Amino acid sequence: MNDLNEHPSAGASHRTGEPSRLRRALGITLPPVVVLGGLVAGWYYVTYGVLTETRRFLLRPVHKVIEVGFLDGGNRSDALEALWSSTRVAFIGLVIAICIGFSLAILMSQAKFFERAIFPYVVVIQAMPILAIVPLIVFWFGTGQKARVIVCVIISLFPLVANTLHGLQSAEQGMHDLFTLHHANRSVRLRKLMFPAALPFVFTGLRISAGLSVIGAIVGDFFFARGDIGIGQLLRRHANQLNGEELLAAVILSSGLGVTVFLLFGVIRDRAVGRWHEATSGGS
Amino acid sequence: MATDSIETDRGSLAFEAIGMTFPDGTEALREISFSLGRGEFVTVVGPSGCGKSTLLRIASGLLEPTAGSVDIDRERLGYVFQDATLLPWRTVQGNVELFAELHGIPPNERRLLARETIDLVGLQGFEGHYPKSLSGGMRMRCSLARSLTLKPPVFLFDEPFGAVDEITREHLNEETQQLFQQEGFAGLFITHSISEAVFMSTRVLVMSARPGLIVAEFEVPFDYPRPPELRFDPTFAELCGQVSHELRGYHS
Repeated sequence: MNDLNEHPSAGASHRTGEPSRLRRALGITLPPVVVLGGLVAGWYYVTYGVLTETRRFLLRPVHKVIEVGFLDGGNRSDALEALWSSTRVAFIGLVIAICIGFSLAILMSQAKFFERAIFPYVVVIQAMPILAIVPLIVFWFGTGQKARVIVCVIISLFPLVANTLHGLQSAEQGMHDLFTLHHANRSVRLRKLMFPAALPFVFTGLRISAGLSVIGAIVGDFFFARGDIGIGQLLRRHANQLNGEELLAAVILSSGLGVTVFLLFGVIRDRAVGRWHEATSGGS
Repeated sequence: MATDSIETDRGSLAFEAIGMTFPDGTEALREISFSLGRGEFVTVVGPSGCGKSTLLRIASGLLEPTAGSVDIDRERLGYVFQDATLLPWRTVQGNVELFAELHGIPPNERRLLARETIDLVGLQGFEGHYPKSLSGGMRMRCSLARSLTLKPPVFLFDEPFGAVDEITREHLNEETQQLFQQEGFAGLFITHSISEAVFMSTRVLVMSARPGLIVAEFEVPFDYPRPPELRFDPTFAELCGQVSHELRGYHS
């Protein structure tokens, strides 16, 4: 039984020769950099070409935004402090959402009854406009860290529950049959079959939820307008005081936080499941 | 290992008047009775949808028949499906160890068992590969190796080579009958390929569709190991012809 007349598909790519690492890295980074250049050029065009001198405060030039928003010592430490505050809130909210989300998804995966009973309410939480319940949260929990974290949990819960549940249910019937044939109990089935099968979906959920949690932290802070200053209050203050440069800097900072979180969870997912998972199926 | 490791003790697996009617009223199986013992390799050929797979699901206990009974020891049952059903997050090694793991065999021992059966199916060198980088034939080999770790006294094959190309299929047929000869299990194989059935089996059963009935039985007289050239033997061709004739007679 030694005649191996077949070869794995992975082996074949080595012979054809892969493009060098540098070229591949350039291929990935160059296109977005070109677009960034275009955006900056467009920005300058609007600032100097479209806006008259008197209305130029509406869109300050790029270098001014960087100078005032990021290089000025006072502004920078304000911004970084706000960034830290919002990041902390978003992180705690995400961790709590993960705990609740995983528990609910596991519970629902164990019996159709739980799924039918719980899932509609998870959808309700998802469908509630966050702005509608912010006043209620203030009413019940004040405007402290706890209230902000609650906003993050509410906004980031749904993708975690939905994706994890979908993932837990994604193992094929044939695989379940194998575990049945070999007398696997509920916990073995969960640990060795359903959890690993769910992982790619879990990471997709995490990626979405992490971004939402950041939004939750900023939105909460923006509407509470009190207490620890986060990016939300920073945005509000600079908007009210017509500080064009600082406002734009805060906007860039907040999207930077969102993008970082998005990329971070992408890297974590590739590390965790990239070796075996085919990106075409399951989470993207 | 020589041919004498195959000894017949009838009754490793016995179907007793099995009937299966699904809730929607479809009668998949009617009055199926036959048995096989160690050293027997029985293949059931029949048209698609005649309930062949249902028979194996009943044998394995995944499905309860609506009539009759099965006599089988399910403790260390070998069972390969149409799909290789490998866990994509486990390497070849990890997949092959799975059943031993589920049966509570300690890590050292199951690593050894896996090593043995991986060699047996010719997958040595691929232990660290994930299923996504294996060809269809290699996945099937991996699936076979996984079941072999349990040294199953009864081995069920549910059309395992239906999805691979003709050449690979012939190779896998040759390898399967070698395994049968070495391991001496009682094999029950399901297929709709007549030459596959005749090439590997000691006995071929022909099944009709709706309801599934055993309509003919053929003893296959060739000795093991069977060389690939057996397929060009006139006796082989004649037997295939007879099976085919029976099969056509009941093909709806």
